[in-house]
Amino acid sequence: MVLGADASFLNPDKLLLLVVLAATCACIVASMIAARAGSVPKIRRIAGLEAVEEAVGRATEMGRPILFVPGIQDMDNPMTVAGITVLSRVAGTAAQYDATLDVPVSRSLVMQAARESVQAAALQAGQPDWYDPERIRYITDEQFGYAAYAAGAMARDKPAACFYMGCFFAESLILAENGNAIGAIQIAGTAETAQLPFFVASCDYTLIGEEFFAASAYLSGAPDQLGTLRGQDIAKAVIALALVAGVFMATIRVFSPEQASEPTVEATQ
Amino acid sequence: MSRSIALLICLVGGLTMLVSPFLPMATGWANDVTDWFNILAAMAFVLGGGSLLKVQLMRLSARGPGWGYSAVTLVAFIVTLWVGLGKVGVVADPSAPAVAWSGKADDEGSAFWWIYLYVMTPITSTLFAVLAFYVASAAFRAFRAKNLEATLLLATAFVILLGRTFAGVVLTGWLPDWASGLRLENLAVTIMDVFNTAGNRAIIIGIALGVASTGIRLMLGLDRSYLGGDA
Repeated sequence: MVLGADASFLNPDKLLLLVVLAATCACIVASMIAARAGSVPKIRRIAGLEAVEEAVGRATEMGRPILFVPGIQDMDNPMTVAGITVLSRVAGTAAQYDATLDVPVSRSLVMQAARESVQAAALQAGQPDWYDPERIRYITDEQFGYAAYAAGAMARDKPAACFYMGCFFAESLILAENGNAIGAIQIAGTAETAQLPFFVASCDYTLIGEEFFAASAYLSGAPDQLGTLRGQDIAKAVIALALVAGVFMATIRVFSPEQASEPTVEATQ
Repeated sequence: MSRSIALLICLVGGLTMLVSPFLPMATGWANDVTDWFNILAAMAFVLGGGSLLKVQLMRLSARGPGWGYSAVTLVAFIVTLWVGLGKVGVVADPSAPAVAWSGKADDEGSAFWWIYLYVMTPITSTLFAVLAFYVASAAFRAFRAKNLEATLLLATAFVILLGRTFAGVVLTGWLPDWASGLRLENLAVTIMDVFNTAGNRAIIIGIALGVASTGIRLMLGLDRSYLGGDA
């Protein structure tokens, strides 16, 4: 690609965003390096993730399957990737307990990733024969077609534990309410803010937003992964301080004598 | 070796998408990465379709409970595939009227369009409509005043519900102008614009940082569980 004489190397409109992004990434990477050096942060207990073993154990005791729904989006969505990382941990525990794990998916690429992930988890758990690729199957790309299948599978197979980890839209409540109706223990995780109230109302545990993205690091317990969570928290604290400072300055501006004499936006319209 | 290549692709693809909004020269690269993803997804669809056929055929041959549903799925799959690929009933494109298949498979009047409009759309609408009942049952459970938080939730929901209907205007419309902020329709707007927006933004900031952190973990290969872990 040839740059014209007036073309700039950096997009000037997004310079501030670039600085913020670079600072956030630097914060996360620095915390990761610090954790590797031995400064491992202590992570608060996340009830939804602590309950994974309990849910799998319950399904094993009852002799019923576990249903894992990794959302309805493809692998280019970070929520789906986060869902697959949780799936690998659930599969590892299910393999140890020799419980049945069903993973219906709505995207072919997700099916492949989920199969790889579950197979590796079974190997790591020392149960290679437990892995059955037919349990991880493609249903349809169609949103409500997929929801109808999942609801039907719940009614027929009566899973004892249901996991909803990924990106969900209107089908979230269909899934969660059907799971609730059959008395399954339900754990959900998503970053779709519009769907969070539905999961909170219908599920036993819900991973809200950043908790969902922290799940992989939390479950792995690896120091460098836990370090990234501390970096994330530092960046959040800086953003919170900037917000408070912004609110403070905006309030002062409103009550300043210069501002009082200036016409308001509403008055000029 | 294959895992290292996958990690390298992840790093290069991730970095390209990361820098593309800031470097004008990288916009084309980001489009290329997206195109590659779409090609991969299209190729994977063959695997998905194969998995669907295999599972349904196995159920059909086993004649277990619900094998009839598998038969319906198979018939629907094969008929739709045939109608779409064979361009059944497609109207020829005006630019090439002599070529029967020159129109698009989903153009108005084609069999594929008919299936979508008269089979797919009503079924989807029906399922979407069922949501109203699920919302009612979930709300019934969520709004039980078990403790202080649940009672606050119930009261807030009540205000929003009344404020968004004409009942709110009828019930509190008599309030004088100096107390208009207490009218239910205005209270509902205040709750949604102030409290709801504030809570939502807090969650969204956390999500943005979570996505950044997850992206770094994936690009640096710290989290490989989506590739099958370290096994």
